[in-house]
Amino acid sequence: MSLMDLTAVELGKKIKEGSVGVREAVKDCLKQIRAKEAKTNAFITQADETGVLKRADEVQKAVDSGELTGPLAGVPFAVKDNMCTKGILTTCASKILSNFVPHYSATAVEKLEKAGAIIAGKTNMDEFAMGSTSETSYYGPVKNPWDTDRVPGGSSGGSAAAVAASEVSFALGSDTGGSIRQPAAYCGVTGFKPTYGTVSRYGLIAYASSLEQIGPVAKDVTDCAAVLEVISSYDSKDSTSFNRGVPDFISALDGDVKGLRIGIPKDYFTDDLDPEVNAAVLAAADRMKDMGALAEFFDLSLVEYAVPAYYIIASAEASSNLSRFDGVKYGYRAGDYEGLHQMYKRTRSEGFGEEVKRRIMLGSFALSSGYYDAYYLKALRTKALIKQAFDKAFEKYDVIIGPVAPVTAPKLGGSLSDPIKMYLGDIYTVAANLAGLPGISLPCGRDSNGLPIGLQIMGDCFNERSVLKAAFAFEQTRKQEKSPLACGKEAEV
Amino acid sequence: MAVKTDDEMIEYVSILAKLELKGDEKERARRDMEKMLDYVDKLSELDTDGIDPLVQVIDTENVFREDMVTNSDDRDNILANAPEKEQGQFKVPKTFN
Repeated sequence: MSLMDLTAVELGKKIKEGSVGVREAVKDCLKQIRAKEAKTNAFITQADETGVLKRADEVQKAVDSGELTGPLAGVPFAVKDNMCTKGILTTCASKILSNFVPHYSATAVEKLEKAGAIIAGKTNMDEFAMGSTSETSYYGPVKNPWDTDRVPGGSSGGSAAAVAASEVSFALGSDTGGSIRQPAAYCGVTGFKPTYGTVSRYGLIAYASSLEQIGPVAKDVTDCAAVLEVISSYDSKDSTSFNRGVPDFISALDGDVKGLRIGIPKDYFTDDLDPEVNAAVLAAADRMKDMGALAEFFDLSLVEYAVPAYYIIASAEASSNLSRFDGVKYGYRAGDYEGLHQMYKRTRSEGFGEEVKRRIMLGSFALSSGYYDAYYLKALRTKALIKQAFDKAFEKYDVIIGPVAPVTAPKLGGSLSDPIKMYLGDIYTVAANLAGLPGISLPCGRDSNGLPIGLQIMGDCFNERSVLKAAFAFEQTRKQEKSPLACGKEAEV
Repeated sequence: MAVKTDDEMIEYVSILAKLELKGDEKERARRDMEKMLDYVDKLSELDTDGIDPLVQVIDTENVFREDMVTNSDDRDNILANAPEKEQGQFKVPKTFN
């Protein structure tokens, strides 16, 4: 048993009571990372031990003096490597940012540090968050702690693997089309994507700005709520940030779902859905019915249009956002070129990986003169229809539940050869990004290979509380399961 | 929306994308583009006449602020990441003779 097997809130409580020291907690965290990294490759950068211990002592003092009283004070966490961290290498898992050390931190990271949480490292991911397997990283693929021959999902695969392997207490991820929820499902942990505008995107290296949100990847629903309360805030540095007042999420965790109206989209349960995932998700709905919730099937409609609309919008925004990587201000610059334009082109061609280039090309085309209406605007009109379909559904239901992904974690190396097949794996998650909705992924069972199955619960915009309430109530009906790498066998070295 | 994905089109898009595609990369890009456009063509089944494009899902108004400098002089910190610099400036290759 390691301190990293505890939930973040449990560990924070022990630190507050004085039964565990902050130094002890972070030392254990660094020890777990060292012991397990060879198996998971969940981290790109591990925090410098001297700096972390110094920070631990500062936090300990503030805890002792009563200055820091929050639930996460002294708890070590990991940050997906697409969020800027002052003085710590931030690569986006790309060669083009392989030497970038930001001089400021993302607002969400800053908020956690202010609350006394301590950065243990930066997690591996798909390059620029483009991918569903965490295999497109310049720093090599992440492995799933349940079976290291399998992918952890993506793009926040390093964050999910680090939490599942008990390398850290919790992590931050980002979700553009399912990048928190899907890896959480594959790794048997809990991940939350907040309503668009809830968490500041300042310092998050942009991929598709209109779709993405930062959120927690954690051991349970309570940890997700605790982290969300810290990172949710209005931020004038993000012009899409929404002022929601003082966040109050933890109080929604009362276990009471009597009368909660649950909608289950009939059109999610097709032949493309793995039968074991199908059964586990429907069994979860039955459990919630047993607890007094009202659940019924309904037609959501437009399900098959979400993925194509998503890939046009995300690629279009990516082609624009990634134009800043030109070898002038930061990052990699090609060594051999003639003149400015060749420098730009060579830098980008050598610096970006294949999937990133694929999306920049598609996005550049979708925004180009003559095709803008037919592709980009068409996708935005589809997005409007999808939003309407959800608005209609939420007139009848408090939450919508369904699968997170059509399958459990696939084997490493099998997905990248057929991009469209990989993109189709996002069918249940992208809609929440298109419609701005909050969504959680939490474990609801295991398949016959012993791999975790995720349950997705979505709510209407700004209705995180219903999502958390439903998720917490369901979580109470299950025993928490730990991955083989978490169980401490590897850590006793 | 049938679009011809030929070498010329890939050449044009790579100029827009500021990417230099070499040898078989070009052919791969062409094939990928063809497959993707074929796939996203699914959207043409949908009648979207009279539907306004939706950019922002959350109703927010344009955010104005006073044009005031709030950050300090971060020149050295910012330049610390520059691939090349000279006299407190980013250095780029010569752009004209």
